[in-house]
Amino acid sequence: MSFLQHDVPLSWYLLLSAVLFSLGVVGFLIKRNLITVFMSIELMLNAVNLSFVTFAYQWHEVRGQIFVFFVMMVAAAEAAVGLAIIIAIFRVRSTLAVDRIDLMKL
Amino acid sequence: MNESAHLWLIPLFPFLGFLLNGILGSRLPRRLVSIIGVLAPLVSLAIVLNDFGASIISAAVSCPSCGTVTALALPAAEALQFHWIAIGPLQVDFAFVLDQLSAVMLLVVTGVGFLIHVYSLGYMRGEPGYARYFSFLNLFLFFMTVLVLAGNLLLMFVGWEGVGLASYLLIGFYFERNSAAAAGKKAFIVNRIGDFGFLIGIFLVLSTFGTLSFGKITAALSLQPSWDGTVLTVICLCLLVGAAGKSAQLPLYIWLPDAMEGPTPVSALIHAATMVTAGVYMIARTHLLFDRAPIALWTVAIVGAATALFAATIALVQTDIKRVLAYSTISQLGYMFLACGVAAYSAAIFHLVMHAFFKALLFLAAGSVIHAMGGEQDLRKMGGLRQKLPVTFVTMTVAVFAIAGFPPFAGFFSKDAILYAVFLNGIGGKLLWFVGLVTALLTSFYMFRLWYLAFMGEPRSETAHPHESPRSMLIPLVILAILSVCGGWVGIERFSAYLALAAQAHRPMPNGNPATEFILSIAAVLVALEGWLIADKYYRSKTERPARLAAALPAAYKLLTNKYYVDEIYGAVIIKPLFAFSKYFLGWVVDTAILGGIAWLLAGIANITGMILQRWQSGNLRSYAAWLAAGAAAVLLFLLLGHFVVEPPRIMVNLMRGH
Repeated sequence: MSFLQHDVPLSWYLLLSAVLFSLGVVGFLIKRNLITVFMSIELMLNAVNLSFVTFAYQWHEVRGQIFVFFVMMVAAAEAAVGLAIIIAIFRVRSTLAVDRIDLMKL
Repeated sequence: MNESAHLWLIPLFPFLGFLLNGILGSRLPRRLVSIIGVLAPLVSLAIVLNDFGASIISAAVSCPSCGTVTALALPAAEALQFHWIAIGPLQVDFAFVLDQLSAVMLLVVTGVGFLIHVYSLGYMRGEPGYARYFSFLNLFLFFMTVLVLAGNLLLMFVGWEGVGLASYLLIGFYFERNSAAAAGKKAFIVNRIGDFGFLIGIFLVLSTFGTLSFGKITAALSLQPSWDGTVLTVICLCLLVGAAGKSAQLPLYIWLPDAMEGPTPVSALIHAATMVTAGVYMIARTHLLFDRAPIALWTVAIVGAATALFAATIALVQTDIKRVLAYSTISQLGYMFLACGVAAYSAAIFHLVMHAFFKALLFLAAGSVIHAMGGEQDLRKMGGLRQKLPVTFVTMTVAVFAIAGFPPFAGFFSKDAILYAVFLNGIGGKLLWFVGLVTALLTSFYMFRLWYLAFMGEPRSETAHPHESPRSMLIPLVILAILSVCGGWVGIERFSAYLALAAQAHRPMPNGNPATEFILSIAAVLVALEGWLIADKYYRSKTERPARLAAALPAAYKLLTNKYYVDEIYGAVIIKPLFAFSKYFLGWVVDTAILGGIAWLLAGIANITGMILQRWQSGNLRSYAAWLAAGAAAVLLFLLLGHFVVEPPRIMVNLMRGH
């Protein structure tokens, strides 16, 4: 069995990951600017990445790390598409307030 | 078993023909379609001849008393092709049975089938759907050979249904004509009633014997020689319902006259020579069951005799040449059932074979007449065809003499054998014999009536310019005519001796003596002669006499021309109530009220739920996200709490330990 060999215990990493994720969630929910909302999503993704690499390191399991690469790649693609959408929205509506982008409803 | 190893080739070639012509036929040149269509039955016939020809021919020319030629033994065996169904105790094999009965039947099916394929070349020339016609005809041969070869009831049922399908497709061959499509449907639906009985019979056999194989049923019966319970009677009556449907017996005969909507060679092959005799074959094949069920046997005999007489009376007044022959077929099938009913199975099969010859010949000759008259089927518009169609006239004459029962033609020997066997069965047998004799009189009368109306006298239609048919149609006529003359010379004794292993009744048979037989056959010939004389009196020269007779007996004439109103009675008693039941109960109550109500209810629930839930779709991104987060939190909480109750997961344990 191999445990973490240095001083920082596992639970700290997980705690940090949880805090970052929660910050992301809260930011997503309360921020009104679309770009800030977008950044909150990135924050959540990276919080998850952190827990992935933590466990991957702890269990010498390379799959966790590979998964992180996938997440980063998807996040990059998503950022490109998302930013394009944001620019398009801004061109049409001249605003980025989330509350006012509410056309998708019955 | 060398011979049985390639039994499967017999159905294979017609099936290949069906596939080739069915899939590629419309793109192939007609010549190639014809070659494929005719080659398939020819190859099957060659295999059959190769397998059993020696045995059958040596039996046919053997002479038991002088012992010069003895029949070659047929290696009777069951040939397992593969295991088909194995569910627990139920074991059904794809097995073919090879015995004298199937050998004779196969020879008829492929032999007559081949001749009719050749005839079709000429008859169907220039018709649209040429390839479709040949592919269906080959499909029929495939299923018919499977039916005949089947080693168990289920495989027989497959062939049984398959020939029904081919029959349906070919009756409705001219499907653009409404009456043809309706006739096809009628044949299929009426057969379904019979098949229902057959299926119940199969299920009963399965529950009684635990097997469907003919060989195993025989073995089970031979273990209990005194067993003749009611269940056997019930099984046999169910099988009789199936046979009556396929072989057009009372009360299920109504589809066969309408089946004449199909092309004439189809009527000859399917609705005269082979398919409709499947019921007789089935009874002969399961005769060990019938032997133990006297009540069922008497029912078979009575149904057969009643059908024979009933159909013959209708045939007296029909004016459509094919319908006369159709009712005649029903009547002759009645004879075969009558023979089965007195356990004279070999006589029934003998008549089956002879009937296949002369009835196929009658139909093909009628087809030649119709062809010559440019599609005219009304006997009243024919007449005087003797000079115009010499070959057709001669062959038709042979067939008429054969079916009327004049020696030395085929029908005399087989009909005589049946009437003799019936006569020996006590008082009831004498009664049935009398019915058979009256039927013979009527048969002779209506056949000569047809003969006079079509060929004698003066032409009654100016528009038609009859011309003799092409050679491809005449050669099968001539071959069948030769068979109709000589076929009966085999004699019932040799035929029975050959079939003895496969179709001998396993019950005490009454003994006869040659003197009785001789007197009976004299009576039969006299009756046939009488029928001819009556027809001669009424139809040869004084053509106004039948009309006067009809005017003298208006009620009887009307009853007969309307075929006893059976179609109308069925319509009023069965079809109308069934329609009403379907429309009002099934249509309105079940479909509209119950099923429709359930559908409306489900739709209403979905609609109302949707109306409530659509308020969630506010369009506000953050509210969506909040619900998402709340949902994720709820799932997480549930997982945590749930696991804590049962067993904390490892990660949680590790976390709590502070690692």
